[in-house]
Amino acid sequence: MRLAKPSTNKRGTALKTLRALLLLPLLVIGMISVQAQSPTYGVGRTPTENEIRLWDIAIGPRGEELPAGSGSVDMGSELYLSKGCAGCHGTTGSGGMAPRLIKRDAGPNADPWDYGRVLPIRSPYATTVWDFINRAMPLGAEGTLTADEVYALTAYLFFLNDVVEDGTELNEKTLPKIQMPNRSNWVQVPDWLPGQPRLEGYPY
Amino acid sequence: MSQKKTDRREFLKRSAAVAGAVGLGAAKPALGQDHEHTPVAPEPGAFIRGSDEMTAYGSRSRFVNSVRIPHGGRESPDAFGLDFHIATPLQDSVGEITPSSLHYMGTTRGSFVPDIDPDEHRLMVHGMVDNPIVFSMEDLKRMPSVTRKHFIECAGNRSRSSHTTIQETHGMTSNAEWTGVLLSTVLKEAGVHADADWVVAEGVEEVKGASSIPMAKAMDDCLLCYGMNGEPVRPQQGFPLRLLAPGFEGIFNVKWLRRIKVVDEYYMTYNDFGHLTRDPVNAALGYQIGPKSVITYPSGGQQLPGAGFYEIGGLAWSGGGRVSRVEVSTDGGRSWVDADIRGTAEPMAHTRFSYEWTWDGSECELQSRCIDEIGQIQPSRQQALDFWSTDGERATFVKGQDNSIQPWRVASDGSVHNAIS
Repeated sequence: MRLAKPSTNKRGTALKTLRALLLLPLLVIGMISVQAQSPTYGVGRTPTENEIRLWDIAIGPRGEELPAGSGSVDMGSELYLSKGCAGCHGTTGSGGMAPRLIKRDAGPNADPWDYGRVLPIRSPYATTVWDFINRAMPLGAEGTLTADEVYALTAYLFFLNDVVEDGTELNEKTLPKIQMPNRSNWVQVPDWLPGQPRLEGYPY
Repeated sequence: MSQKKTDRREFLKRSAAVAGAVGLGAAKPALGQDHEHTPVAPEPGAFIRGSDEMTAYGSRSRFVNSVRIPHGGRESPDAFGLDFHIATPLQDSVGEITPSSLHYMGTTRGSFVPDIDPDEHRLMVHGMVDNPIVFSMEDLKRMPSVTRKHFIECAGNRSRSSHTTIQETHGMTSNAEWTGVLLSTVLKEAGVHADADWVVAEGVEEVKGASSIPMAKAMDDCLLCYGMNGEPVRPQQGFPLRLLAPGFEGIFNVKWLRRIKVVDEYYMTYNDFGHLTRDPVNAALGYQIGPKSVITYPSGGQQLPGAGFYEIGGLAWSGGGRVSRVEVSTDGGRSWVDADIRGTAEPMAHTRFSYEWTWDGSECELQSRCIDEIGQIQPSRQQALDFWSTDGERATFVKGQDNSIQPWRVASDGSVHNAIS
């Protein structure tokens, strides 16, 4: 890697170092203040447990928020037609106007990244697929699928992409355990800190 | 009496000059080419009759016709009434603030703008907190507030050689004065657990768009905004409540915000999936927007009437903090001079710069570059590509959000062109 340095870069680097040194004690103070505490203003109300459960559709990689339910590949293949998925995504998971749902042919022993930007194969977590179908599909009737239907459609998409075998039934326990091919094959964004360059060593 | 007439004539002349400055950049006669004007009032009847509408909510002159345009080759609205990407007319911008009606808009999938009754809207803050809270809009307005200017920019705001105007090359960024509650105020009120390091911010629109945001950012300067440019946030911008993550790519600035969930890991939402990469460089450059600037006048598609004096004007911004300096080149980047910063540079905000320039009438290339307060320098496209090129492979794409310098070529006939190759 070569670093083309415009004339102003030295000044910039010096400033950067200076700022980093000045910021250090501030950051430590900032972290301490993140400690739990009691309300200062007392404005707003406390939600009920039930209210939180109904609102909370964000499914993390561990799948803790997944509702009880189950659905099979077979159920999913029927729903894929009856719920209109095929209309936008194509009957085979490709060729429609909406994003492709089946991996591209990349030959034997393919690198998972060669399958294309296809959610149900590229995503490192099965939960991302369940979460997005549940919150955002089908077009025009978002949020109307039952939990069982979402498990079934997720199972079907994973079957199309050879992530699970035919006959598989997924539920809240088994879905988060699915090992997606990219499970460890991606990079986390670096820790973000205020007042820092985007990337160390990159002057731009 | 004659003195009065002279004053009036001077006034009209000045008014005409000001009106010209906010025009669409079409050919305007330079001083000396203008014809003689008789000092008359507008034609009889040429006035704007008062109306209930003009009393209630004023509108601009019919002579000002600056408008937004669909961006990215997809119609907006489409046949179903879905909005997609809409670009702001930066070529007409003056000052630093983008009028709310002209603020750019981006969506992740094409989206109906939700029609939200603010009395029914709620924000829930929950997850790894001691005290989950539900706020009504009225509740939020009781909380301590701040008002700050911040830009937002779409990650896809990238100049291409096929673009002719600045609206196409840079129109997916805008700057507004935002009013609301610091997210940190609300998070402290809820009492965030010590091991929580992310928040998931979620909107109420049909796809319930959600993004993971680092706790350090959430506690630093994120804003829960209900106000924009002195009035409620516009529906296309997230009415009644939007998140602002200053300096982060547009998608993090979640609109129609209904929920902040405090969590202990990256949640890999669908929006996050859009950032998925195994290239650490792309990962690092896909969050905070780099130092960037663009000359708004003269810019592509505009026409200079002839040689002579011009104030070159433009906007500079950075996701890393304040703009500390802007440089302008009138010789295609061979030499650079400091531009004047107009007003006060504020963190993560469009900052206006200007440079007094006398054009000799020969072909030239105008460029600007931004240097921010943490020392980041806006690169030329060449510099950015050189940086990532190896002996074996020539880089062809500026990684992350493209912040490279925009060159405008002024032809000897005064026409201005995109000089990106």
